[in-house]
Formats: sequence, C-alpha cells, structure tokens
Amino acid sequence: MSDKKSYVHVIREKWCKGCNICVAYCPKKVLTLVNGKVFAERPHDCIGCRLCELRCPDFAIEIREASAVPEPEEETTVDYSIPPEATHA
Amino acid sequence: MSDILKYFRQDRLPHIWCPGCGHGTVTGALVRAIARLKLDKNKVCVVSGIGCSSRAPGYLDFDTLHTAHGRALAFATGIKLARPDLKVIVMTGDGDCTAIGGNHFIHAARRNIDITTIVMNNNIYGMTSGQYSPMTPKGFLGTTAPYGNVERTFDLCKLAEAAGATYVARGTAYHAQMLVDLCEQALTHRGFSVVEALTQCPTYFGRKNKVGGAVELLEWIKDRTVNSKAAAVLPPEKTAGKLLIGELYKNPQPEFCDEYDKVIAQVQRKFDGFRGGVRGCEQNSD
Repeated sequence: MSDKKSYVHVIREKWCKGCNICVAYCPKKVLTLVNGKVFAERPHDCIGCRLCELRCPDFAIEIREASAVPEPEEETTVDYSIPPEATHA
Repeated sequence: MSDILKYFRQDRLPHIWCPGCGHGTVTGALVRAIARLKLDKNKVCVVSGIGCSSRAPGYLDFDTLHTAHGRALAFATGIKLARPDLKVIVMTGDGDCTAIGGNHFIHAARRNIDITTIVMNNNIYGMTSGQYSPMTPKGFLGTTAPYGNVERTFDLCKLAEAAGATYVARGTAYHAQMLVDLCEQALTHRGFSVVEALTQCPTYFGRKNKVGGAVELLEWIKDRTVNSKAAAVLPPEKTAGKLLIGELYKNPQPEFCDEYDKVIAQVQRKFDGFRGGVRGCEQNSD
C-alpha cells in the first residue's frame, strides 16, 4: 500500500453549485456536500478515476496527482463580486 | 483540468446554468477534446444561437459569436466560407437546432460544409420555462403539454444522416468520457459532423415529469440509451425503445469549401489571360 498514489482535490468553491453529481458518482464515496459545496471527506480513498472532474458541470473540482510537480496556484485575485463590465472603461 | 482552464473566460464563471444542468458537462467535454487536439485558440470559432445551450460560447476564450435564434449554422456557414482556415464549431440546443433552425440544419448537412455541430439535447425549452420541443419524448410533460406531449420526436441522428451529414454520433452527459472521444472524432472529421449530446434539465424536464434531480435524470438517460456496438450483439428485446449512442455514421465525402475552391480555380483559369477591355464573343457566351 505504500506505493499507492495519492491525489489532491482542487475544489473551486466559488464555482460549485452543490448539484450532487460528483458525490453520487464517486465510486469510493470520497466526496460529500458541506454547506451546499463539495468537500473531499476521505481523500485517501481516492483512486483518481476523475469521474467527478469529467461530470462536474461547473468545472469546480479537479484531481491532481500529489506526486506530480506542484503547479502554480491558479486561485486568481479576481474579485468575482464585481461584474466584468464594471472594470471595462 | 488545469490544461483546459486556459480555454475558458474565467472571469465569466461561474456560469448561469442551473445547478446540475448537463450543458456544463458537454461544454467541458468539447473543451477537453479541443485541448487534446491542441487547437490554436485563434484558429477556432464557436458560434451559437439562442437558448440555454447557446450561452456556452460566452464562457469560452475563442472567437465566439452569439447569433439569432436557430441561425447559428447560417452564420457559421458564412464564417467558414470567408475563412476556411478556421475550425468552426456550432453549439446549439434541441429547440434551436431542430425547431427554429431545422431548415438551416438540413441544408448545412446537405452541403457537407466543414462545421462541427454539438447539439445539446435536454428534451425541452429550458430558457423560456419548459415548453415542449421537437425532442420531447411522446407522453412527457411540458408547460405547453400539461397532459402529455402527443407529438413524436425527431431522431436527430437519422435526420442528419439522411440530410447528408458525413459524421453522426450521439453521446450523453452521463457517458462523459465517451463524449470527449466523440467530440474529438467530430473535430478531426472533414465535413459536416453532428454530435447529439443528451443532457439533463433538472429545473424543468426533471421537475415537470417527476423524474427527479440531476443524478436521477442522468440515471434516466443511462437507462434509455445503449451503446451501438453492444446493440449489435444484444438480443432485440433488450434494445427495444432505446437510443443508440456512440459513432453512428461516418462516410467521408467531398467537402463544400474544397469543391467551392475548385470552382473558383476553374473560373480563374478561364479568365487568366483577360486583362480588361472588351472581351471576345466566345468568352461572353458562357
């Protein structure tokens, strides 16, 4: 079991609408909903099948291999509460 | 996933679709196929009409066009003829494609112009509060069919095939991995390619017909489809009344832009020696 791959769940809570699709189709029951947003409750059980990522209609969940080189954090500094029109002149 | 995020206008997300709407899954599948083919952002043009599905190009970071209801294919035909080097993709819905734009659809298929059409079929007009569409199955409810729809549906794939499309496939939001493969195949095919993607509409179709939410609707879609390869070996009673999914038809034919270029070259050859002035009678006669 020591060579078991581990996975990191990148969840964009601002994009998640809590539709429950990823929770229902996770074959290992890794995910759950907390306050209407997806949460990786048991990330060590994840087998990296990426069914949640493929089926998520909101592009809110992403599975990355933990051993892979850490990618630069994509969390932007964009304030989503301001509509894009407002910043355009 | 991180490789597909660059194809999105991230400042526009989250999108306006309802929680559990399958249109996001289909958009994701298309973008994954584009990412797999490593298409240049500036060489892709996404066109859409009106409807829930047609909001998709607004979230994609390509050259995009949001056009009149049902007329996405007409605009796309113009774009393709003006710029044949572009990969033109049409994202349309079942109402947009089969009802309002039905005529454009069959004629684009007849011309076999190199456009990839993704039809997101959620069996209902979602944006205008759930009127029945030409794809609502018989007996199912809609706002305008309170006692059940009495009309028969189109079989969109057979319609496309009969009209002359050269690549026809059907996928679902449930079979997401297969949908990516089908989109990839459709994008690489030269000619008019159609991918009908069955998606769920939990807000109107699911609620009106008491099927349930997004997950129940995905199960419902799964139960009423069967893979075309499996259907070939299954006994007929197991496939009765079910929709086939997978690649349904592929028949490479001469493409419209290529044929058009041939005509242009032929005419240019004819008038090559002509440098103005009065032409001879033999040239005017044709």
